[in-house]
Amino acid sequence: MTNKVKTQTKTIDFMGLRRSATIISGVLILIAILSLAFKGLNLGVDFTGGSVIEMGYPSNANVDEIRKTLEKAGYSASVQAFGSDKDILIRLAPDKTQANQNNLSKAVVDTLKKHTPGVEMRRVEFVGPQIGDELRDQGGIAMLLALAGILIYVTLRFEFRFSVGSVIALLHDVVITLGFFSLTGIEFDLTILAAILAIIGYSLNDTIVVFDRVRENFIKIRKLSTEDSINTSINQTLSRTIVTSLTTLLVLVALYLFGGEVINGFALAMIVGVIIGTYSSIYVASGSLLMMGVTREVLLPPVPDETEAFDQENAP
Amino acid sequence: MNRYPLWKYVFIITVTVIGLLYALPNLFPSDPSLQITMEDKYKFTGKEREQIKTALSEAKISAKKIETVSDNKLMVRFNNTGDQFASVDSIKANLGKHYVTALTLAPTTPGWLKGINALPMYLGLDLRGGVHFLMEVDMKTAIDKSLERYSSELGSFLREKELRYLGVIRHKNNLTIKFKTEALRVSALKALDREYNTLLTFKEVPNEKGVALTVTLTEVNINNTKRFALQQNITTLRNRVNELGVSEPIIQQQGLERIVVELPGVQDPAAAKKLLGATATLEFRMVDENNDPYVAQSSGRVPVGSKLFFERNGNPILLKRKVMLTGDYITGAAAMFDQDQRPSVSITLDGKGANIFARETGKNVQKLMGVVFIEHKTDITKLPDGTISKKTKKTQEVINVARIQEQLSKRFQITGLDSPQESHNLALLLRAGALAAPVYIVEERTIGPSLGADNIQAGKYSVMIGFLLVLVFMAVHYRVFGLVANLALTLNLVLIVAILSMLQATLTLPGIAGIVLTVGMAVDANVLIYERIKEELRNGLTPQLAIQSGYEKAFSTIADANITTLIAAIVLYGMGTGPIKGFAITLAIGIVSSMFTAIMGTRAVINLIYGNRRIKKLHI
Repeated sequence: MTNKVKTQTKTIDFMGLRRSATIISGVLILIAILSLAFKGLNLGVDFTGGSVIEMGYPSNANVDEIRKTLEKAGYSASVQAFGSDKDILIRLAPDKTQANQNNLSKAVVDTLKKHTPGVEMRRVEFVGPQIGDELRDQGGIAMLLALAGILIYVTLRFEFRFSVGSVIALLHDVVITLGFFSLTGIEFDLTILAAILAIIGYSLNDTIVVFDRVRENFIKIRKLSTEDSINTSINQTLSRTIVTSLTTLLVLVALYLFGGEVINGFALAMIVGVIIGTYSSIYVASGSLLMMGVTREVLLPPVPDETEAFDQENAP
Repeated sequence: MNRYPLWKYVFIITVTVIGLLYALPNLFPSDPSLQITMEDKYKFTGKEREQIKTALSEAKISAKKIETVSDNKLMVRFNNTGDQFASVDSIKANLGKHYVTALTLAPTTPGWLKGINALPMYLGLDLRGGVHFLMEVDMKTAIDKSLERYSSELGSFLREKELRYLGVIRHKNNLTIKFKTEALRVSALKALDREYNTLLTFKEVPNEKGVALTVTLTEVNINNTKRFALQQNITTLRNRVNELGVSEPIIQQQGLERIVVELPGVQDPAAAKKLLGATATLEFRMVDENNDPYVAQSSGRVPVGSKLFFERNGNPILLKRKVMLTGDYITGAAAMFDQDQRPSVSITLDGKGANIFARETGKNVQKLMGVVFIEHKTDITKLPDGTISKKTKKTQEVINVARIQEQLSKRFQITGLDSPQESHNLALLLRAGALAAPVYIVEERTIGPSLGADNIQAGKYSVMIGFLLVLVFMAVHYRVFGLVANLALTLNLVLIVAILSMLQATLTLPGIAGIVLTVGMAVDANVLIYERIKEELRNGLTPQLAIQSGYEKAFSTIADANITTLIAAIVLYGMGTGPIKGFAITLAIGIVSSMFTAIMGTRAVINLIYGNRRIKKLHI
């Protein structure tokens, strides 16, 4: 399969590679699903409920010492460095016996202030258990709603199989990104949920651009097979795909490096999502078009005239 | 060819100028400041400026400016947050009582910009520091209270209509009214139905259980009660926040049962929480002097029409079931000392309350009256099976029992409080009004001021660096066309900031991320167009035709891609809470403004450069 297209200076046979791509995607998705099933996500306080306290120390903080101080005072808390050496993050699990967690976090802050004068409270977050549960449900619903909206729009603008293709690509990206967070154990919080939803938007953007070209080529270039049409389309949009991904990644890397701890996770999720999304709009979305047997007829007016039917028969 | 009509240029220039004007206020940095106001009913003495100056020189801090905002509001501006914090205690000490100081960020927008209503974006708590509470209203208690109120109201109504009944009994979810005969029940049912037809449902109890009616609240009534409880609580919380003296607080309904409270600049969430969540109120009831409370306590049999309470020292006391007056009618309360130097609270009632109280106390001169102090505390626990249990504990104490010496009316005093601190707190709570139902905090976020400042810094840096990287890349990759795209990108950023400022939307850290992301993605439209132009050139089109065809052919792709992203942004906005909403808004605004700048904006400039002349080669 080395069909060269005249209008293009160089052509990469993406669709010829789709079998290897399917295997790679399949393996990645399998790993992601297994990890999600057995390891799960390291859900942040936004989802689980509980308290998070960030303290700023005047000089380098000694995590072990802080842990001991808290243990001695009778708190079961996880302590870790956060960003710089001077900042630490303390996590308190949702309390089952104590009435209101709020007073607990205040007590912890007071304990630490007594132990090290000059330490400063930077952030305290308390989330009640019911909020966490609601958020999890809402996040799921939002994801489904977004997918449904997209399905409808793409069906209206293109055809049903195109919308299935784009949704498969989206699910592919979301599952693999979630798998990435599950495997690395990076905390999954509200901002990362926002990032996942932004990835849906971005990946879709990429897929639509390719599909748009596929539609155009289906209608314009009659002599090509479906596979060649799709290949041509991907090649024609390739430089755009690369340039846009590159500029977006430039910005995301800037966010990751300079945006501070809170934005860190968001940027990382987006970086993973953009890379996967670029790959999926080439292989997964277009590949699934082929697999579902999309042909140029589906995008033509419902009653094709005689000459077109004739052309189709003579197509190589 | 490739020329734009004049009106398009005029339009683009107008949008640009307006965008620049409204984005401009954000360039003026805000001053860390202290806002000084007075508690209600107090006025500035005129000596405040001098007192503040003394306080500052004592603390060896120089303020940037002391500003009179209004008759009752002063703003002390500082050069940095360090000075701001260091001066708080000293200023408080020098001013003395009745002043409320609040940390705030005061904008430095020049007057001519304020004149056209151009204001800087409102910074979210994560950027300025402060406390965020999400409170849930305990609707069960609200409905309980309403049922309680009906139980005394129905009795009065029947007595008034001279319809004899045996008693109103309060159950968990309903009331029953007992009657002696069937005939009495029939006539009572008729009268009650007429009076309470939309509010209550009356059902006849099967006769074998006694001649009675069960009373339940109608669906409409329950919904109204909930809505009222929420509204009443928002009003009360607003009053209490005003007592705290916070500048620019946000108190908003979220959903059907929750209230968001955001207090910028507040650094002591514990104190704020204590005041906001407190549900202390008072009730006045007559003492049942005919029965022995000790007997009732030991036998467990409380006489009909009475209820067993305890005094602070633990002694039992029987009070009448009927509430003479609730705390709802209190309009004023002040902490003071009575003639024996005991802490007390002087109370002022509104007109209606004064009438009720005058009537009730007038009937009961020389009898004993008890003052009940009621406090609600809610425990939330998650049970092992994952369900959430909420228990509202109501503690009631009789703080004062006194013989009514004469008819009481609008003003009176209550004593029996432990300490001046307690009388102060009670007065404050009574003044700010009672909560219709207890609230409990389901989410709390406190951002320290240093973290807020760090976040702004980090946000600014990452936007600038990301933006510059994209500009450099575009200029190198597309040369002249890249520079044009950069112009559009800059205008895009200006427009996003301008629109956010105009809407007075809250800028949060995720919002900044949304802006940065838009910057990255906004070039997409230009990339699509330029790649298309390149392609058309390769296909052998002349430069002029290639430009035209590139813009035309890329348009539908750009529209499709952006509309789908817009769908995602709208869904995000719909489901999101605070920070996610902020992200969605910036994303959506970014998409729309990037369509304008990347398509119309760049075309205008390209046409200006290349339009209507012969070009041999395009630098793209």
